[in-house]
Amino acid sequence: MKTIKAISIRRAVADLCVKASIVLRPDVLAALKRALAREQNKRARHLLQVIIDNAACARAKSLAICQDTGMPVVFLEVGSNVKISGDLKLAVNRGVEDGYRSGCLRDSIVRDPLLRGKPGYAPAVIHIDIVPGSNLEISVLPKGFGSENKSQLKMFKPTVGIEEIKKFIIEAVRSAGPDACPPYIIGVGIGGTADYACLLAKKALLRKLTANGERRTADDPSAALGASKRLTAKLERELLRAINNLNIGPMGLGGKTTALAVHIETYPTHIAGLPVALNISCHALRSASIIL
Amino acid sequence: MKKIYTPLSTQGLSKLKAGDEVLLSGIIYTARDQAHKRLCESIKKKKKLPFELSGAVIYYCGPTKTPKGLAIGSCGPTTSSRMDAFAPLLIKNGLKAMIGKGGCSQEVCAAIKKHKAIYFLAFAGCGALLSGCVKKATAFTYADLGPEAIVKLEVEDFPLIVGIDAKGNSVYRARAPK
Repeated sequence: MKTIKAISIRRAVADLCVKASIVLRPDVLAALKRALAREQNKRARHLLQVIIDNAACARAKSLAICQDTGMPVVFLEVGSNVKISGDLKLAVNRGVEDGYRSGCLRDSIVRDPLLRGKPGYAPAVIHIDIVPGSNLEISVLPKGFGSENKSQLKMFKPTVGIEEIKKFIIEAVRSAGPDACPPYIIGVGIGGTADYACLLAKKALLRKLTANGERRTADDPSAALGASKRLTAKLERELLRAINNLNIGPMGLGGKTTALAVHIETYPTHIAGLPVALNISCHALRSASIIL
Repeated sequence: MKKIYTPLSTQGLSKLKAGDEVLLSGIIYTARDQAHKRLCESIKKKKKLPFELSGAVIYYCGPTKTPKGLAIGSCGPTTSSRMDAFAPLLIKNGLKAMIGKGGCSQEVCAAIKKHKAIYFLAFAGCGALLSGCVKKATAFTYADLGPEAIVKLEVEDFPLIVGIDAKGNSVYRARAPK
């Protein structure tokens, strides 16, 4: 049994909040550069360059990439051989407060969704999973609400064709239009229950962006099946192509760079249903992880 | 690139077309959701506004905290459409320009045309870069709103794209959905 102290978790979360908000993920930066190399629309090229310059500026000046430093979403994968000494959720939320304060990030969280009130830094939305092993993996994804507001969920009939699902995803991106800071990264969750599809869509944003859209080996049972993996990979490619033909482009001012990636995560579902959830990220897709 | 200065003149603005790029220098005020709600409530109750709305520029922005040695933290635009319900009343009462990101409603577009105002886009998601164009930031009012408080900004060569010009032409209309 490995023991991890709450204070270590608090410190790690604080560091991750700062890192995620200030240093753009290398895979996202690389995807932006690939998009710039491909893009032919003059204004889109200029705007992609501004976005890349902004990432460099943020890093050089230790400034948040975007002023919307989001609602922090924290994923914890706790190894079953790990013992946490202290209050885990409290440690995470204290870590968020420490990190947001020291990084001069934004206090965007209102204590009550209806009463609102003066905003603060915490709490985070925390997802805890127990996994085999002796490690604790922490991922912090600060999610801006310009893009979070464009999330969608649809409970399809189980007999629906794939074309209908594609149409739903493409229309969701079209309706987000210029508002959510394109070029986007589209997270899609298919299967499970309504809530689980939404979680999968969010988790899809943690996946590394790759040049050829190659999927990492997913750990869910459905993706372990060859046919399912091939189908989702094909869907990702087709959707990315269709989305990039919408001519939304960076800042919605045209061009073929509307999305940098489409990531689909799947899970088994019920005979009576087919939930599909969409979580859009702006071009400043921020996250950072550590294994304790 | 064309440079413009506050206070903005109707005559100067009439020369700008949707899609034009400009550099703005002068005084602008940050205001977003809750500040808009308060400003509009004050107008409806005929109360005095915290700043002179006539000729003013509002920036839809809630900056991060300010790191030591800088004038302001990261300070990019927020989504303009959330202010759609409030913008027409402010424009009617003299607001000259708004800076944000994304599209605006038909009502906002009509108000801009009627009162010869203007809507600018700032580089979305580029708050670190835009921070360099802010020379001075002074907390102004509604401090209880935290990042949604109104802050008076002195900006220099702040890069903008005309989103909706004074004739009501939108840079998005040609590609607007449906």
